[in-house]
Amino acid sequence: MAEPGRLTREDVAHVAALARLHLSDAELDLFTGQLAEVLDHASDVASLDLAGVAPTAHAMAVTNVLRPDEVRPGLDRDEVLGQAPSVEDHRFRVPRIPGEAP
Amino acid sequence: MVSSGEWSAVDILEQHLAAIEAGDGAVHAFNLVTADLAREQAVEVDRKVAAGEDPGLLAGVPVALKDNLCTRGVPTTCSSRILEGWRPPYDATVVTRLREAGAVMVGKTNMDEFAMGSSTETSAFGPTRNPHDTSRVPGGSSGGSAAAVAAGFAPLALGSDTGGSIRQPAALCGVVGMKPTYGTVSRYGLVAFASSLDQIGPLATSVADAALLFDVIGGNDLLDSTSLHRPTPRALAVLDDGVDGLTVGVLSEFLDGAAPDVVARVHQAAEALAGAGARVEEVSVPEVAFGLSAYYLIAPGEASSNLARYDGVRYGLRVDAEDVAAMNTATRSAGFGAEVKRRIMLGTYVLSAGYMDAYYNQALRVRTRIIEGFTRAYHHCDVLLGPTAPTTAFALGAKVDDPLTMYLSDVCTIPSNLAGHPAISVPFGTGDDGLPVGVQLLGPALSEGTVLKVAAVVEAAAPPLAAPVLVEGTPT
Amino acid sequence: MKPGWEMVIGLEVHCELKTATKLFCGCPNMFGDEANTNVCPVCLGLPGSLPVLNQKAVELAMAIGTALNCEILPSTFHRKNYFYPDQAKDYQISQYDEPINVNGHLDLPDGSRVGIERAHMEEDTGKTSHAGSSGRIHGSDYSLVDYNRSGVPLVEIVSAPDMRSSAQARAYAGELRAVLVASGASDGKMEEGSMRVDANVSVRRSVDDPFGTRCEIKNLNSVRSLGRAIEYEADRQIALIEAGEVVVQQTRHWDEDAGRTVTLRSKEDAYDYRYFLEPDLVPLVPDAEWIDAVADTLGMMPAVRRARLVRLLEESGGASESQLDQVATVVDLRLDDLVVSAVAGGVSSGLALARTANEAANDADAARRLDPAAYLALLTMEAAGTVSATQAKAVLADLLVRGGGDPAAMAKAKGFEAMSEDSLASTVAEVVVAHPDEWGRYCEGGEKGDKLAGFFTGLVMKATRGQANGKAVATELQRLRGG
Ligand SMILES: [Mg+2]
Ligand SMILES: [Zn+2]
Repeated sequence: MAEPGRLTREDVAHVAALARLHLSDAELDLFTGQLAEVLDHASDVASLDLAGVAPTAHAMAVTNVLRPDEVRPGLDRDEVLGQAPSVEDHRFRVPRIPGEAP
Repeated sequence: MVSSGEWSAVDILEQHLAAIEAGDGAVHAFNLVTADLAREQAVEVDRKVAAGEDPGLLAGVPVALKDNLCTRGVPTTCSSRILEGWRPPYDATVVTRLREAGAVMVGKTNMDEFAMGSSTETSAFGPTRNPHDTSRVPGGSSGGSAAAVAAGFAPLALGSDTGGSIRQPAALCGVVGMKPTYGTVSRYGLVAFASSLDQIGPLATSVADAALLFDVIGGNDLLDSTSLHRPTPRALAVLDDGVDGLTVGVLSEFLDGAAPDVVARVHQAAEALAGAGARVEEVSVPEVAFGLSAYYLIAPGEASSNLARYDGVRYGLRVDAEDVAAMNTATRSAGFGAEVKRRIMLGTYVLSAGYMDAYYNQALRVRTRIIEGFTRAYHHCDVLLGPTAPTTAFALGAKVDDPLTMYLSDVCTIPSNLAGHPAISVPFGTGDDGLPVGVQLLGPALSEGTVLKVAAVVEAAAPPLAAPVLVEGTPT
Repeated sequence: MKPGWEMVIGLEVHCELKTATKLFCGCPNMFGDEANTNVCPVCLGLPGSLPVLNQKAVELAMAIGTALNCEILPSTFHRKNYFYPDQAKDYQISQYDEPINVNGHLDLPDGSRVGIERAHMEEDTGKTSHAGSSGRIHGSDYSLVDYNRSGVPLVEIVSAPDMRSSAQARAYAGELRAVLVASGASDGKMEEGSMRVDANVSVRRSVDDPFGTRCEIKNLNSVRSLGRAIEYEADRQIALIEAGEVVVQQTRHWDEDAGRTVTLRSKEDAYDYRYFLEPDLVPLVPDAEWIDAVADTLGMMPAVRRARLVRLLEESGGASESQLDQVATVVDLRLDDLVVSAVAGGVSSGLALARTANEAANDADAARRLDPAAYLALLTMEAAGTVSATQAKAVLADLLVRGGGDPAAMAKAKGFEAMSEDSLASTVAEVVVAHPDEWGRYCEGGEKGDKLAGFFTGLVMKATRGQANGKAVATELQRLRGG
């Protein structure tokens, strides 16, 4: 399996944007170095030949966990909205949305 | 004691609240002490005892809760600014079970922010200190829970363990800590770090107490799809069965990177087990060497998604900005600490287009290999033995600026999380510096009974550990 | 569509499932309730909450798969990560590379077949409303979010790019809607958003050319706007290519008022969704027994129902164009069982179909609850001339209101009694005498003369206030004419 190249400052800036985090220039430099070190350490794993090995996403093999289609009591609206930073007309208020949902 | 009427729940609670009052200034085990709520619960237990009603298995026992367990109406912060002031409108399943068992919940314990850390130093509210030496870390991320038990603030505590976060602080603080089999304890109401690895477990002063707490919180829960339906046997019932005829494998890979004084204690524990009738042999599971790398790809991957919801819309912190994307960014940038940001970025990177297969999926394949390696060992061993952490408690600040070195403190605990297997840390004397050493017992899935009874034998053979002294002249 | 060009269309349809509760929690799946009243820790994405899959939603998804001739496979759920305020967890739980239904097809009324690539389960988002001047997303100062719809179960049905005209795309949407309704999985209401259609459109000059670059059109709120949007978009792409420009792959928004599509975002802004297996859910592995049990609950699909009615018409001489339309209407409204039972009881297929498509269809909800025996009795009376067509329609209106009853008694209560032959004959005679010119021309016969039968029938009906039987009047007129 091909190993990805070393993590760059641009990579970190890109993932920070994807993750909705703003980093100062100093943070960008610091995090790039630290994360590259962790990924370098992980290269032992990235370089293993594991073709044909099935990935394990769940340690315990369980299937078909279902619940009946029965209504359960939900939450009190005032309690829910009481936790919100901003509320209007019983809804969660957010600033302007620049684009439509994907 | 309480159910027999020997002591009142209120008396026991007041003793512990007094200990917290006297000692937590130095330790900072708690983010919040819920004295009023605890008093209500204690009064209710005493009422039940007086009325002849069943007060429950944990009647009147003070329990400290890691601050990532949702408690209805009580702030649950995960030691993060982003959740400061959030009061969950619901209880975690384990909290419900504790209430039903008559436990008295004394407070929410400090932790690494969102359980990301091994020293409780990434808490937004300041670090917790090790009660045995307040210049040292208590380990983490359940450092507050481990310290609370070690300091005598509560006889029992709950923690969560994603890569060692119960066992490693238990070892560093000289208490018992167990990570149960994945799926035996409901995660409903545990604020997620890495969902496929997270598991709630007990911290206690003895193996028997840990077993009791596990019995109370375990069992299937319809609110957690990954909760197992297999009934867990009562762990407490088998504790005195001994180790005669069992095979204990000393895991050589765990000894490789450990400090000599820690290794010496592991060998001493092995000898004690042999003396008690177990067959002891050395075992190698080479695959565990890749555990740390796999873990630091899988856990951040899941975490990056789990922590997306802290966006300033529905609860918690909001930092306003001109549009919603900028508001999300401002909120998250102000609300998360550096370690959380590092892991979110790492996780986002390993899941992103082009890297997913080389990193994340590759780590899941390594996980398969680790499980295969353990399975091989368990063909001839009943349990495996090794250190819990490579060293005793290190100094505050020693590793905060070097994430990779910090991550290495979990090298012996991570493989059990990747495999979903149970593991327990038992105090076993001290290192050369006089600080507690923990030895770890690992078993295959659902072998809690075996692991606990072996742990009981190790515990009985352990050199005594001096109680920490927090307030001059009053050992706790 | 400009000559010399062909369009290639694939549709993605999201349909809300008719469950009592949401996909992963026990909150009511209800449209139109007060904001944020059907919410819980799970569908609000509160820290610590976990999803648990709704069995009924799975069964409805399997029902859709069966109805669309899909293979039903073991499946998993993934997380699709993107930030948006109506997305409570900032990821959507959706089936990704292992969907429950794959490789199906849907046959359209015109006989063409459209492939179904997949039909997978996922959760819906909350609803955002935009405050400020325009009420639209652009230019609004802030937005408000209601999570009642968050977590409502959806099945997303992805067709193959098999459609070649806007008419075919509309027929597909209509037929799919009918199948979803017939399978009991969804109410298929496009206006209420319980069925939402996105169209992928590209154009090419020849069937031998590879597919062109496609654009995805969103915000299609009716079958009509689907057709308009596809036509507009195909023309736009053709104009671009003919002007020597290229079509850029992008997502476009249908502006119903302006009648055009506008750019939402281009491929370069494509999201990196970072799909990964949802660790909080376990795989779904339906066994054959479960799949069969769900299939057994499925009613007849619309195509089969239409064929059944057409067969009845053909048994009595054939189906006209307008009767085929009536068949479509009756099946669409799920009133075909009324027709079938009336025909089985001896009523002619033409009469049963006409009354059902024209009168019963006016209140389809009531008609679906109507006692078939009462309906049969009424149509039998009409066929026998015991009541006139006008009277039968009046009685039917009452039957629909009451859900059943004795049509004979109801007709009697209304004073609808068949006219005696004598009184009918004398009324006809009076009308004939009063209009000697028309009568003369009628008696001359021929195409023009024969048409006057309607004129006289109308007058008789007026004189008897609808009590006369039309057929009996015609017979009497012919008798008087002497033929
Ligand atoms: Mg979709
Ligand atoms: Zn809900």
